[in-house]
Amino acid sequence: MENDVIFIDVEKMMYTAEGSVKLMVQTSIHSGELVALFGQSGAGKTTLLRILAGLLAPDHGSIRFGNTIWFDSEKKINIAPQQRNIGLMFQDFALFPNMTVEQNIQFAQPEKNTIAVTELLTLFGLLEFRERKPNGLSGGQKQRVALARALARKPQLLLLDEPLSALDAEMRHALQDEIARAHLLSGITTMMVSHDLNEVFRLATQVICIENGKIMRSGKPENAFLDNSISGKVQITGQIARIEKQDTIYVVTVISGNNQIIKVIAFENDLENLKIGDRVMVYSKAFNPIISKLG
Amino acid sequence: MDPQFAQTLWLTFKLAVSTTVILVTIGLPFAYWLAYTRVRIKPLIEALVSMPMVLPPSVIGYYMLVIYSPRNWFGEWLGRAFDVRLAFSFEGILIASVIFSLPFMVQPLHNGLRALPDSLREASYTLGKSKTITFFWVLLPNIKPSIITAVALTFAHSIGEFGIVLMVGGNMPGETRVASIAIYDEIQALNFEAANQYALILFLISLALLTTIYSVNKKYDTWKMM
Repeated sequence: MENDVIFIDVEKMMYTAEGSVKLMVQTSIHSGELVALFGQSGAGKTTLLRILAGLLAPDHGSIRFGNTIWFDSEKKINIAPQQRNIGLMFQDFALFPNMTVEQNIQFAQPEKNTIAVTELLTLFGLLEFRERKPNGLSGGQKQRVALARALARKPQLLLLDEPLSALDAEMRHALQDEIARAHLLSGITTMMVSHDLNEVFRLATQVICIENGKIMRSGKPENAFLDNSISGKVQITGQIARIEKQDTIYVVTVISGNNQIIKVIAFENDLENLKIGDRVMVYSKAFNPIISKLG
Repeated sequence: MDPQFAQTLWLTFKLAVSTTVILVTIGLPFAYWLAYTRVRIKPLIEALVSMPMVLPPSVIGYYMLVIYSPRNWFGEWLGRAFDVRLAFSFEGILIASVIFSLPFMVQPLHNGLRALPDSLREASYTLGKSKTITFFWVLLPNIKPSIITAVALTFAHSIGEFGIVLMVGGNMPGETRVASIAIYDEIQALNFEAANQYALILFLISLALLTTIYSVNKKYDTWKMM
C-alpha cells in the first residue's frame, strides 16, 4: 500500500552536552510495523521521534506519509503537529494534571464520544480510575492512561518515547504486553524509542539502530543483532556486567536481554577489546542445546 | 462613616480593582507570549517589564507626567482628538498604576508557565488541539496558584501605591485621593485618628491578601509533592 509508507530523509544538527552531532536518517517504514529505534542516549532517537511528530523541524530533507508531504525543506512545507494525526506518548507521560483519567482521554477525541472513551478505559483496565486525577495514579497506571490517550484520536502513526523507562522490571514486563496488544488490536504503525534489548526483541517487528545520529543497522531484530557470520548453535546477546580475575583466567558475567545472568570463562587475550558495559554475544557450537518445558 | 473617608476608600478600591482587571486581561496573553517567544530582544523586554520594581516611583511618575503633558505630542494629540487630559485625573493614575503593577502580574504568570513541563503543551498539540485551546484548557488550569498569586499581588500593590499616584494624580478628593495619599495628608494636618483608620484598613487588607497567597501556595506545594 503506497499510501501507508512513511519516507524519512532528514538532517538535523543536535547540540548535546557532549558536543554537536549531526542526525542523518534515511529510511522508510511500512504500514502496520512496530519499529524500535534503538541506541545509546544522545544518539538521536528522541530527536527523530520529535521530528516525525512535528515538534522539531529538521534542517534539511523531507518526510512523506503516504502521499502527504509532512515536511519538505525545499518547498518550505512543515505541517503542524495538529494536522499530522499522530499519537505521541511522552517519556514523562505528559498527562494533564487538571483533568481526570476520563477527561484526559476525552480531551484527545476530535468529537466527544463517551462510548469510545469507555471502550478505551475497559481495554486498558482503567475503568475504576476514571474519576481520578493523574497525581493519584501509580507509574504503570499513568503509562496506560497515556497510551489510551494517544490512541483516542485514532492516529495513523503511534510514537512512543521510551514508554517504559520510568517503570520497574516487573511492571515493564506487564506493560510490554499491553503495548503489543494495543498494536495488535489497532494495527497502527508504531515507532518506539528504546534502549532495552529485551523490549526490542519482545515487541518490535523491525529495529533501526542509531549511533551518533546515523543508522548503523536495521531490519528484523534477530537479523540486526545476531551475527550470522558465526554459525553457533546458541547465540545470546547481552551486556558485560562484571569481569573478575581468578588465577590465570577471567570470569565474565554477562546479563542477557531478558535479565538472565551468564558466566563465561575468558582468557586475557579474549578481553583485549572488552570492558564493562560493552554489548556482546555469547555463543557456543560444541554442544547441542536441549529444550525442556519449565514448571 | 465620614463621607470623605468612604469616598477615599471607594476610590482606592476602584483603582485597585480596575488595575487588576486590566492587568489580568493584558497580562495573561503577554506572559504567554513572553514565556515561549524566541525573539532576540527578550531580555530587554523582561528588563523593561521589571523596571517598576527597581525604579523609584517618582521616576516613572515623572515620565508619565511628561508623556501626559499637552506640551508633548501624545498629550497634545489626546487633548485634540478626544478632549482627554490625563494628568491629575483618575484615568491618568489608572494608566500609571497599570504600568507600575505590570511586573507583579506578569512575573508570577511567566514563572508559572515556564515551570510547566513543555511536554504538556506538546502533548496537547499532538492531540490535534490548537494553541488557543491548549492555553485555556491545559496551561491556565495548571498555573492556578500563579494566577492567584499574580492577582493578589497586583491588587495589594495597587492598593498600597503612593509615590506614582502622588506624582501623576496629586491629592484631589473623589478623583485621585486614594487611601495611601490620605494617610500622608492627614498626618501633615496632624489628624492622627483619621490616618490611623486608613492605615489600619490598608494593613488588614494587605495582610489578608498575602495570607491568602501563602495558604494557596502551601496547599499546591503539598499537592505537587503527592
